[in-house]
This record gives sequence, C-alpha cells and structure tokens, in this order.
Amino acid sequence: MAQIKSLKDLESFKNSVKEQIDTRVKGNQDGLVQIKVAMATCGISAGAKSIYNYFLEKVDEKKLDVVVYQTDCMGRCNEEPTVEVALPNQESIIFGNVDKAKVDEILEKYGK
Amino acid sequence: MAKFKMHILVCGGTGCTASKSQEIADRLKSNLLEKGLENEVQVILTGCFGFCEKGPIVKIMPDNTFYTEVKPEDAQEIIEEHIIKGRKVTRLLYTDPDKKEHVADAKHMGFYKKQLRIALRNCGFIDPENIGEYIACDGYAAVAKCLTEMTPEQVINEIKLSGLRGRGGGGFPTGMKWEIASKNHADQKYVVCNADEGDPGAFMDRSILEGDPHSIIEAMTINGYAIGATKGLVYIRAEYPLAIHRLQVAIAQAREYGVLGNNLFGTDFNFDIELRYGAGAFVCGEETALIHSMEGKRGEPTFKPPFPAQSGYLQKPTNVNNVETYANIPIIILKGANWFNKIGTEKSKGTKVFALAGQINNVGLIEVPMGITLREVIYEIGGGIKGGRQFKAVQTGGPSGGCLTEKHLDTPIDYDNLIAAGSMMGSGGMVVMDETSCMVAIAKFYLEFTCEESCGKCSPCRIGNKRMLEILDKITKGNGTMEDLENLKNLAGVIKDTALCGLGQTSPNPILSTLTNFWDEYVEHVQDKKCRAGACKSLMRYVIDQSVCVGCTACARNCPVNAIQGEKKTPHTINLELCIKCGTCIEKCKFNAISIQ
Amino acid sequence: MSNQQIKKKEMETVNLIIDGKAVVAEKGQTILKAARKAGISIPTLCYYELNGQKLENKPGGCRVCVVEVEGRKNLAPACATEVMEGMVVHTHSLRVVNARRTVVELILSDHPSDCLSCSKSGNCELQTLAQKLGIREIPFKGEQSTYRKDNSPSIIRDVDKCIMCRRCETVCNELQTVGALSAVNRGFEAVVATAFEQDLVKSSCTMCGQCVMACPVGALSEVNQTRQVIQAINNPAKTVIVQTAPAVRVALGEEFGYPAGTIVTGKMAAALRRIGFDYVFDTDFAADLTIMEEGTELLGRIQKFMEGDKNVKLPILTSCCPGWVNFFETNYPDMLDVPSTAKSPQQMFGAIAKNYWAEKLKIKREDMVVVSIMPCVAKKYECQRDEFKVDGNPDVDFSLTTRELAELIKQFNIDFNSLDEEDFDMPLGASTGASVIFGATGGVIEAAARTAYEVFTGKTLQKVDFTELRGLEGVREATIDFAGTPIHLGIAHGLGNARKLLDKVRKGEVQYHAIEVMACPGGCIGGAGQPYHHGDFSIVEKRFEAIYKEDLGKELRKSHENPYVKQLYDEYLGTPCGEKSHHLLHTHYFDKSKQVEVEA
Repeated sequence: MAQIKSLKDLESFKNSVKEQIDTRVKGNQDGLVQIKVAMATCGISAGAKSIYNYFLEKVDEKKLDVVVYQTDCMGRCNEEPTVEVALPNQESIIFGNVDKAKVDEILEKYGK
Repeated sequence: MAKFKMHILVCGGTGCTASKSQEIADRLKSNLLEKGLENEVQVILTGCFGFCEKGPIVKIMPDNTFYTEVKPEDAQEIIEEHIIKGRKVTRLLYTDPDKKEHVADAKHMGFYKKQLRIALRNCGFIDPENIGEYIACDGYAAVAKCLTEMTPEQVINEIKLSGLRGRGGGGFPTGMKWEIASKNHADQKYVVCNADEGDPGAFMDRSILEGDPHSIIEAMTINGYAIGATKGLVYIRAEYPLAIHRLQVAIAQAREYGVLGNNLFGTDFNFDIELRYGAGAFVCGEETALIHSMEGKRGEPTFKPPFPAQSGYLQKPTNVNNVETYANIPIIILKGANWFNKIGTEKSKGTKVFALAGQINNVGLIEVPMGITLREVIYEIGGGIKGGRQFKAVQTGGPSGGCLTEKHLDTPIDYDNLIAAGSMMGSGGMVVMDETSCMVAIAKFYLEFTCEESCGKCSPCRIGNKRMLEILDKITKGNGTMEDLENLKNLAGVIKDTALCGLGQTSPNPILSTLTNFWDEYVEHVQDKKCRAGACKSLMRYVIDQSVCVGCTACARNCPVNAIQGEKKTPHTINLELCIKCGTCIEKCKFNAISIQ
Repeated sequence: MSNQQIKKKEMETVNLIIDGKAVVAEKGQTILKAARKAGISIPTLCYYELNGQKLENKPGGCRVCVVEVEGRKNLAPACATEVMEGMVVHTHSLRVVNARRTVVELILSDHPSDCLSCSKSGNCELQTLAQKLGIREIPFKGEQSTYRKDNSPSIIRDVDKCIMCRRCETVCNELQTVGALSAVNRGFEAVVATAFEQDLVKSSCTMCGQCVMACPVGALSEVNQTRQVIQAINNPAKTVIVQTAPAVRVALGEEFGYPAGTIVTGKMAAALRRIGFDYVFDTDFAADLTIMEEGTELLGRIQKFMEGDKNVKLPILTSCCPGWVNFFETNYPDMLDVPSTAKSPQQMFGAIAKNYWAEKLKIKREDMVVVSIMPCVAKKYECQRDEFKVDGNPDVDFSLTTRELAELIKQFNIDFNSLDEEDFDMPLGASTGASVIFGATGGVIEAAARTAYEVFTGKTLQKVDFTELRGLEGVREATIDFAGTPIHLGIAHGLGNARKLLDKVRKGEVQYHAIEVMACPGGCIGGAGQPYHHGDFSIVEKRFEAIYKEDLGKELRKSHENPYVKQLYDEYLGTPCGEKSHHLLHTHYFDKSKQVEVEA
C-alpha cells in the first residue's frame, strides 16, 4: 500500500474505502427514506430478491440518500413483490406487484 | 470491492468476547458461506456497544435490528430468518422493561435515545482492526488538518476554546495543560496517554481502545504536534490484553499507512508511539505516579509542583491525558470548538462516558451530554431500578466519589455540581443502589478498595484509611460506638485535608457523603444494632412469625447448625445464638413465615 | 554561577505572612525554611537534610508539617511547598493543630509502644514529637504491621517500627548510592526493606550505618554489645584491653551535655579505667602505624610507577574505612588490587595487641579481650571478618560505638562530667597529631602526606598543616609539591561521592597518586556510631574543628615521630612493609559482587 503522504492522499484513500461503511452510515442516519422489500417465502418466490437487488443497484447508481432493507411478509401475498416506502414523519406507502419499472418510478418520486 | 448489502455487527468488546462473541461471528460467517451469501453480507467484529447488560450484542445494518444475549447457536436462525427472509428473530430482541414490548430498532431503545456518542462515536460501529474503516469515518482527517493547515498555537487555542476538561477525574482544562507543556522548552518532550483505568467497574477507556484505537493514536499525534513532542507513550494496564492487541494492530497499521512515523502528511513533523505496561495499580492513574512507574520506579506520587508539564517522564516536559479525553480531540478539530462548546453546561463542555452499574435495569457504558440529570440517566437510559424496588443512592466517581441521594436526582451532572454535592465526576463510574444496599457497607466496600490501592507513601492514607476501615468494620459487625462515629468523622476530614495525592485526598469521600446523607443509618447500626437494608450479616436476626408457622419442620430439618426448635405442628423458634444467618430456613419455608429483622 | 547571578538570585524575594508575622523569604524557598528563619519552628518528621552534603529527604510523606495556606483547599506540607508572594500561612490554627495531632496519633497507632526498652528511647524523634504535641492516648486501635526482624553483625532492622519516612532509603540510595534499602509493598503493608526481603548481610549493604543515623525511630539501630563487654571485664581470666578511635573523643561529650566539639579525651580515658579495662590504649597509636605501612606502600608504588613498572597501579586507595572496603568489594571487584593492603587502624591495633602485647604480658591470645570504641557501626562487621581471626579467635573481640560507650559509662554509675582527665596507658596509647586527624575527612591523606613528604624528600616539613586537604566538600583534590615532584591527591567522603571519583578513575578520566575515601559524610566524625545529630550537620562541623584543634595541641604531629611506633618496629616488626608487618598488618580483599544475589 502506498503511504498517505498528504491531505490529498488521505482524501483519495477515504473515497476508496467510504463504500465499505456506507450501509452502516445510512442505517444510523435519521430522516432517510426507507424502502423495505418484503422478503418472506412468498415474496422471494414472486421475485422479491431481484427487486431488492435492483433497488440497491439503482440507489447506488444514483447515489440516493435512501436506505433499502428487507422485511418480513406484509400479509399481502397475492400482490408480491410488495414494497413499503417509509418517509420520515409520514405514513408509509405500500406498493404491490412491484417490477423494475415501478422501482424506477418509486425512486424517481421518493428518492433524493 | 463488492458492496455488501447488509452488515452484521458483532460486539468484540471484552465483555461480549467473554460470552463467546468471536464464536458467534465465526458461526455467522460459516452460515453465510453455506448459503452462498458471503459476498452479500459482511460480518464485522466491532468495539463495545455499551449495552453490556444484554450482551453479546449482534446488530444488523442497515435496518438497525438490535439482537441481545445472542448465543452461538442463534447464528443459523439469524441468517436463515433475518438475512434471507427479512424476518426478525423476535426472541432475541430487546424487551422494554416498562412497556414489555420488543424494540427492534436500536434507535428506539430507551438506552440509546438520550445518549450522545462523541468519544464512543466509532465504538460498535467500525472494525477496530481495520484502519480503512476508521479513515472512512473521517479518521486522520483531524491530524492532517492540524499538520497542514494549523499552527500548534491554533491547535491549542481550538482545544482551549472547546472547553474540554480532563476526563480522567480531575477535570483540568485540557487546552491549558497543553499550553503549559508547549511553553516549557526542552530538547525532548513526551505525550503520554493514561490508559491505566483503575476505578473498579469503569471500563470506558478500555472500550475506546478496543473499539476505536486509531482515534487515540490520532489524538496523541495532534497533542505531540501542539506541544512539540515527537514521542508518545501509552501507559496501559497489562490486564487489558484485548485493548493492548487492538492498539498494537492499530499502531502497526498507522505506521504502514504512514500516518505515524516520520514526515507525517508531507510535513517535517515526526511522531511515534510506544506502549508501556503497568501492573494495574489505581494510584498509577495519578500522573506523577504513572510517570514514576514508566521510569521503572516505585509507582507512587510526588507533590506538584513540579508538574509533569515542567518536569515529567525522564525529567522532560510531559503532557499526560486520559484515553477518553483524547477520544474527543479529533472530532473537536474537525467539527470545531464552537460545535463542541455548545454541548454541555457552562463550565463542563461536551459529553461524559459513564459506566452504569448496580441495581439498575440497563447496565452498561453510556455517553451523555454534560448537564443531563441523574434522573434521566437512571430512569430513562438505565431503565429504572431493578425489580421495581426503591431508589436509594447513586455513587459516582468510583472509590474517590460519594453517594448522592434522591435530592440530587435533578441536579445537572457536571464537574462542579458533583463536587458541590459531595461527590465527583471521577473517571465516570456510576453505581445505582436500591433499598437493599446498606450505606455503611457501601462505604466500607469502597474503602477496602482504596486501602488495597494506597501506595503507602503518606501516613494519612496509609494508616488513616486502614483505621477508618477498621471502624467501619466494627460498625457493620454491631460493635460500633458513638465515639467511633466521631473518630470516623474527624479522620475522614483530616485525611481529605492532609493526604499527599488525589487518591488519598478523595478516599474519604464515600464515607463523608454517606455520613452526611445517611447519618441515621450509621446511628442505627451503632445504637439499635440494626441494618435496615439487611445487608450487614452480623446485624441480621432471623425470626419465625409464630402466627404463620404451621410447624412443618422443613426449616428445622434443613438448618445446618440445628438452631431451630419446635414440636411438629406447633410454631418453631430460632435460637439466635446458634444461628449462622445462612438463609437456608427462608429458602425452605413454604409459608413465608421466616423474615429477617 | 557568576557573582551577578548570585546577586540577582539574592534579590529575588517574596513577602508573605506566617502566623501574623510579615516574613521576607527567598524565592523558591519552602514555607518550612522561611518559617524557621523567622523563628517559627514547624515540627517535621520525615524531613531530613544534611546541610552542605547535598542531601535532602522530603518525600512529603508524614504530613506532620502541614500548615494552612489561605485560599488553598487542603493543608500544605511546609517542607515541600514553596513560598509565594502574598501568601498567608497559619502554622497553628485549630485546623492545623487537629490535623497534625491526628496524623501523629495515626502514626503512633501503627507503631509498637515499647519505648521503655527501645534502642532509640530518648533519641526518638517520634517520641519527642508525641511529647511536644501532648499526646496522652491514641484514639485509634487496630492492626499493627509486623515484619520479621533482620539482624546483621552491625545493624538491626526492626521493621515493625518503620514509619515510612524514607530517610534511610534516601541516605542509602542518594547519599551512599548503595541501594540496599527501598520502599516495598503498598498501602498499610508499605515499608522500607531490602530487595526481596533478603537479609541485610546478603544485600548490597556496606554496613556504613548512615541509615541508623538517619532513622528517626527504632527501626534501624546498631547491634548492642555492651553486655558482652561487661561480662568480659568481670571475667578474672581475661585481660581486657580497650582502644578508642580518634573521632570518639570529640563527640562523646555530647552524650553528657557538653556542647558539640568539646574534646573529652582525658575524661574518656579516666572513664574507661573506672569501667575496669585493664589497659586503656588508643587506636591513634595504630593510626600512626597505619601511616607507616600505608605511606611506605604508597611511596613504593609511586617509585616503581615512576620507574615504569607496568604492574604497579595508581592511585592507591586508603583502606581504613570498613564501609568503604565493603563498598569497593561489592561495586568495584575489578579494582581489588588498587586499594592499599594495609589493615585499618582498628585491626592493626588488634593484631599488635594479640601478638606483640600478649607476648609481652606472657598471656595467650585467647585470654586477651580486645574492645574497640568506634564512631562506626561497620567496625562491628569488620572485626568479625574471618581474615581477622586466628583459629577462630578475632584480633578485636568487640567493637562498641561512641553511643554504647556512653551507655556503659552511665551503667557503671560514673559521673563523667566530674572526672579528672587522665592519660592513656603506654606503649599502645601513644599517638601523634597525625593519627588524631584520621577522624575527619582528608585526615588520613594529610597524615600520610606529612610522613611521606619527609621520607620521600629527606627534608623536614616547614609547615605541617596541609590545609588544602581539609574541608567538608564531598569530593576534593589537591596537588602537593614533594620537593619538585607534584603528588596529586583525591579525597571523597560519603560513598556516593566515592563512587563518582572511582568511576572517573575507572574510566581513566582523572589521575591521582592516592585517594582517601571515608564512607560517612564528614569522615568518622560523622560516623553512624556517633551521638545522633538528627540531621543537624553543624554538630559534625564542630567535631571537625575539634579534631584539628586536638592535632594542633599535640607535641608530635607526624606519625613517624611516634617513639613507641619506632620502638615497635625496632624490637618487633622490623621495617614497614617488611615480612612481619606484611603478615600482621596487611590484608587482602574479596569479590563480593556475586554475594549480592537474589535467591530464586
């Protein structure tokens, strides 16, 4: 490893490792939009996992201040994959039958 | 590097390590491997989360799920349920003692709600053995800023302006200390980190070293730059093997990455750190004693002046600061003195870490802003008294502190208020006591510690503390006289007034504060031969309630010394002269007929 | 320091008020010293200072000297707190008096109350303090620390009595650099002891006894042999001979109320005769003999050295002082061939007494008991060394300190003060002024110079007094002109000073022909067997003056002029450093560095 010999070195090294803790930083932060993908058996079989991954991918790509995590079955197994969008200090909104297009739409609307 | 979707943080502090947290982490990893999730989910061993009461702790990020009292066997379930199916393992969640509800998100736990983590900012958050994670959290940015953008005077001014005071117990203004050391010129100066942490029950310094060792390295380097020292020494007790290991790893990494060593950040400033091991003597937390110990001499204090800033390690100007004090430095530099000095009270800025212990629901390590009240700490963060019993006293400041009562509960906690109330901040021990604690016995307990830890140099501490202990022992055994109480009062005052160092001067505090706040209890022990808390064994009397006893003979049959007499089916009695107060009879009585008076 | 600086320093004063009295003190001075100068005596216990000897023990540990300083939250130790401008000090406020009394009561509560039979009774500073503070009872009863007693041939450590004043530790480590004693354990168990609690004899202790001199209580004292001496005197089968060292005569008077520096040689001789010694002789005689031997050895070495003999080592070191001998045997085993092989005067006297004098009296050596009166406790050890015994019978049987002699005089109901002066017995009581000055630092080397000069140059000394060799400075040096040959001499007293000098010699940094070393500060006059001076070094200074006064009053002032010494050589020994002298008056040294080892 090249030694850190200046402020610039430190900053570039920091940028290279920042992602490592991103998941934790977001989890600790207050006031973020939370996107919860239901990932119980029913959800997984309906393709929730790929939706979850697609969320993560897009959030990363667009560098959105959104935290994405898995959650339990929401009890609407007929509408899987289901996604809950929790906005700070507001009622949650639940989306059913989420596909990639809907992911883009959700992120467009709530992501920032 | 692949980005992990989820992080599983496992507490790697000393307490949780003792309850197999390493094995938990290993099992989590092997389960992930089995499920092919090793590239999606990361397991990290962090420093202490503080909530030691319910350890080992496992926290899942980003959803902040806080699992308590996790066992290695639980690993599989956590992976299969939570990680794969997003289903929380409810039985491992924390249960709020008041509402009797599970709390999933750590942010909503009473224990964390009122905390403000500055010194502990990275503990339980990063992998202490990975310099990258520290740097990702702005690590080494403060020292870089100091070295490249600030003069030593500016650094000292920033610390002075922040109002930071020594967290080791004395509360001396840190910036002023640095300034004195910087003004004494010498060919060599030293920066010493006091990691001796001798207060029984206090473990904040250990936790910081275990959870965030780089912050101490960074702070010491800043300190070195500010006062013109190129050598740093960490005086750490050998009983802290994990902290020593983490520190060694961190120092090696810091050297490897060039943030410790020569020409730091391209400047001509050099700084390096060595470890010095102490045998763990309480008095070596006193800075002159600490320095003598490092020099290979008997660890005993000498009077000041000269102060270490004038003549310290090897007679060179030396600045000694405690671990927690150092942990505040980098963030003060980064966020500015004006950010820091808005937190806290007028004369005590920032936060303080306390080791919360005793008869309280949430035992652990907490960090709170100065000025918070004892009530908030005990009832909100601490979750109140265990078993719904009555609060009696809270002891702060470790063996050098005092016992505060109900009337102090709404006093804002800061250095000066605690001293005014007859206690002190100390290094941050906080022991909560309920009605089952005997205050005479508590005073005796603390004094036993100071007697053990006195260096023996000055007569008031060497002999006086011993005599006070003997008097307390006499009182708790029911042999005390009113004259003993007078002697005790006088001795405590004289020792406080005449002892050589801080240890001796504060050793009577537990006695003085209990004499002031619980005088009646002392008198009861002496005159009525009674211990209302039922804690002093010699004063206990086991009595069988004649109206309740049915004469089942269970007590008599189980009494190891045959002290219980009585005919079958008639009420029994206890011969108090024979009774050894073992408590077996109470245990065996099915009718709750036996009580302690 | 230049004069200007000194002046400037003198100029720096601070004004303070002590007990309502305006006091001007030097900047940097302690409250204790400022108060004493102003006539206010604050009691102390652990504080110990040897003025002019660069020794100050102020651990600030006993807390007896605490005073109240207005504006300070706790009491201040006067011994360690510097005066400050505007300071207001109270040395006897209620708060101070109560604290001081309580502290002393505490110390007493962990101290055996066997004052009646304690070796330091009457000389105990704790006893004096308790009396001064009017303590009539000790309110604290409790455990007392107990340790094992450690007896050595010279010193007894009764550690139960240790009050942790650390004086002995400071003296042993800083003044003497012996390093035998230091504080061990902690809390209530803390005490000053040897490393690993080994016996003193197995430690690096040199038996110099300065710890005994410094100890304010009875924790350190000398081995008392007065009872054995009384028994010998009362044994009709024994001829009991006594010899008295030069330094005893200028100090013994202190034990009988005479001011320090009073010469009591005649009264002492009279008292010894009353006690019942068969012959009252003088170690001074043997000191003259020592000069003959050591001086001859020195001249021989110098001559050979000048002739280029590579086997000859210079400087020659004096070997009169047993503490010093122990010190170099332990610390300089590589230099054992450097010191003079001449025995000390005590042992020369013993050898002459048990051979020459016993022959004269026609008695067996076993029937003769030789007692020495010494200002020293190391002499007790010296006379027990195996090389000073013949078939187990020592040349000197008992060595008593000046203090023990005073005790003996009191036990024999002798009114010392009203005694008429008497002379020593002849022949072994004859002495010159040269032998008297053995008692002070620089004296041995001056005595040697007086004789060596005349022998070397063949001329008579014009001025007998080599004042350049005198003084109380710890390390001194002088060059003496031996009629064109410069002779470089070094002097050290106090083993720490000796170490400094020896280290320079070892490294080849300094060149001397001869060096005199005395283990005790001031030489034998400041010996550990002398009346206790309690840190008042002016007492030693007065003894110092008395020694040279005694020299001045002597008719003969050069050792080689002692007629009886001459007679001894003529009729018995032959020549100095001759065969018989070599056998009787010279010794050899042992490497003791390995003895100081730690038992696993």
